[in-house]
Amino acid sequence: MNYHVDEHGYYGEFGGMFIPEMLFPNVEELRNSYLSIIQSDAFKKEFEGLLTDYVGRPTPLYFANRLSEKYQTNIYIKREDLNHTGAHKVNNTIGQILLAKKLNKKKIIAETGAGQHGVATATVCALMGMECKVFMGQVDTVRQRPNVERMKMLGAEVIPVTSGSQTLKDATNEALRYWIGHPDDTHYIIGSVVGPHPYPDMVARFQSIISKEIRAQLMVKTGKGLPNKVIACVGGGSNAIGAFYEFIDEPEVELIAVEAGGEGVKSGRSAATTALGSTGVLHGSKTLLMQDEDGQVIEPHSISAGLDYPGIGPQHAHLFATGRATFLNATDEEAMVAGMELTREEGIIPAIESAHAFAALKMLNFSKDEVVVVNLSGRGDKDLEAYINWGKY
Amino acid sequence: MNKLNKTLNVKRDNLLTVYFTAGYPRLEDTAPILLSLQAAGVDIIEIGMPYSDPVADGPTIQESNKRALENGMSINLLFEQLKSIKDQLTVPVVLMGYLNPVLRMGMDVFCAKCKESGVSGIILPDLPAREYDLHYREKMEANGLSNIFLITPQTSNDRIREMDNITNSFMYMVSSPGITGAKSGISEDQIKYFERVNALKLNNPRLIGFGISSNETFKQACRYSNGAIIGSAFINVLSSAKDLAEAIPAFIAEIKKGI
Ligand SMILES: Cc1ncc(COP(=O)(O)O)c(C=O)c1O
Repeated sequence: MNYHVDEHGYYGEFGGMFIPEMLFPNVEELRNSYLSIIQSDAFKKEFEGLLTDYVGRPTPLYFANRLSEKYQTNIYIKREDLNHTGAHKVNNTIGQILLAKKLNKKKIIAETGAGQHGVATATVCALMGMECKVFMGQVDTVRQRPNVERMKMLGAEVIPVTSGSQTLKDATNEALRYWIGHPDDTHYIIGSVVGPHPYPDMVARFQSIISKEIRAQLMVKTGKGLPNKVIACVGGGSNAIGAFYEFIDEPEVELIAVEAGGEGVKSGRSAATTALGSTGVLHGSKTLLMQDEDGQVIEPHSISAGLDYPGIGPQHAHLFATGRATFLNATDEEAMVAGMELTREEGIIPAIESAHAFAALKMLNFSKDEVVVVNLSGRGDKDLEAYINWGKY
Repeated sequence: MNKLNKTLNVKRDNLLTVYFTAGYPRLEDTAPILLSLQAAGVDIIEIGMPYSDPVADGPTIQESNKRALENGMSINLLFEQLKSIKDQLTVPVVLMGYLNPVLRMGMDVFCAKCKESGVSGIILPDLPAREYDLHYREKMEANGLSNIFLITPQTSNDRIREMDNITNSFMYMVSSPGITGAKSGISEDQIKYFERVNALKLNNPRLIGFGISSNETFKQACRYSNGAIIGSAFINVLSSAKDLAEAIPAFIAEIKKGI
């Protein structure tokens, strides 16, 4: 079974480039050049250099003693929360801004939900001296206010989006509309493994550093490079693909993706795409998405703005459809409880997105000698208000 | 040969195409607007199938999509509305929308229903030429439907020719880089682009759309093409009109003044 992209941008039946003609030249330019650019020695040197000296990689793979004791297994936490800007998102924005420079683009646009990708984009734009516009749903600008101010401090223009449900999906629509109108000098840094080909593959390659490091670190710590299970949360799916990448073709490694169940899969307020979705086209690719019987996209719900998205990346849709990955979902409440558990057992306050991955620990059975890696995609600083409002600590 | 092909065979100048969103301003307005546009002498009517995420559309058409959905509009209902006036409709009708609702219905069912309700052509901006050619061309052609491609100032001549070769209707020339929306003038750069496409001597006629909003911009566009498409400006008329039966003929008469 091939789990990777084919020459037309498909993962099995998912993927492709379903974009209006207005975007064709931009996306085609990327498609024609992304591999040769990112595989060049000069690019790799610059990318890896920045990841080391600026982002602070490699991030630790930490053996979680107390959590392992509690679940009677061996739990390792991949500390993406310790990256500069506080989440895995920066791995991708560093890669894409270097690519944009190679393509002679002068301006950068991005969408953001939680604001983590927006902050990571604004950060690399400040680093490279490039103009930056970030589209963010009006609703999200309110619930993630500190990140709005961080982006502004970094010199980005934050454009509140008032169309649709005023969240991540609408911010993505608006970024695409802006790009349609500014095709020549602007690069769109998409924040997850979504969008038309080659974005899902390109972002996956930039995030694959996560699992490359896990493999090398496990080799040192356990003498074996392969874990038994890798667990990650899925919004669009970039931290999960990053954590899975090295292991996708190692069938003995179980890949476990955790979606946002919101108030419960049957509640009508959920973002569990694989549980509720069906095949369709969203933001340029054929994938699984939440839609009604007329094919109108359903507004998702999650307590975490970063998982509040009605689709998933096409590679995840393929991993789901082929059974290669197991998809679970955690409710808002389960995620908050898991976030508190990590805080109390290990002294780490996770982003609420990442807390969804930890909620899966309660849903799985482990043997005593297996190796479980949980990807901690981001830190919880941005979510303090949500934790405070939740109040159960 | 569908109604659209017939029209394009006999008329090659100043073709006036008008766009509106089905189920807007009110659910039951679709049929009266169609008949009113036909009576006013519009050559082709483009009906928008409302969608929750219209990425190629500006605020005016986004709003009409949103309102139409709130009114309860759906593609199935549109087909019923079209069937109810099928015998009175002589003007060719083209449906414009986004791929997802069509895939949800199933391309086979959608094409069959288009044929049943007398639709001639389809515009799906997010259906790329390659996908169309590989997976959907046969289905559309079997139902007598013309697929209409968008081309933009950034589209290469080679690509324009490829699209020209796999369609049998008209080329929808997007006037400038950007989403839909009423704009005021036509620039030097746009004229250069219109002339570049003109010089390709395509098989299919060319209609210019996006930003055509007035008698002046319509006439200007027609100078460089076979006709033009008015969308957002007409939606604005529908939004502000007190009486559609009066406002529609008045607007069309104004657009056609001096032609
Ligand atoms: C910390 C964190 N984890 C996960 C996500 C979800 O994105 P993805 O599924 O692409 O990793 C986000 C998005 O904002 C995030 O901030």
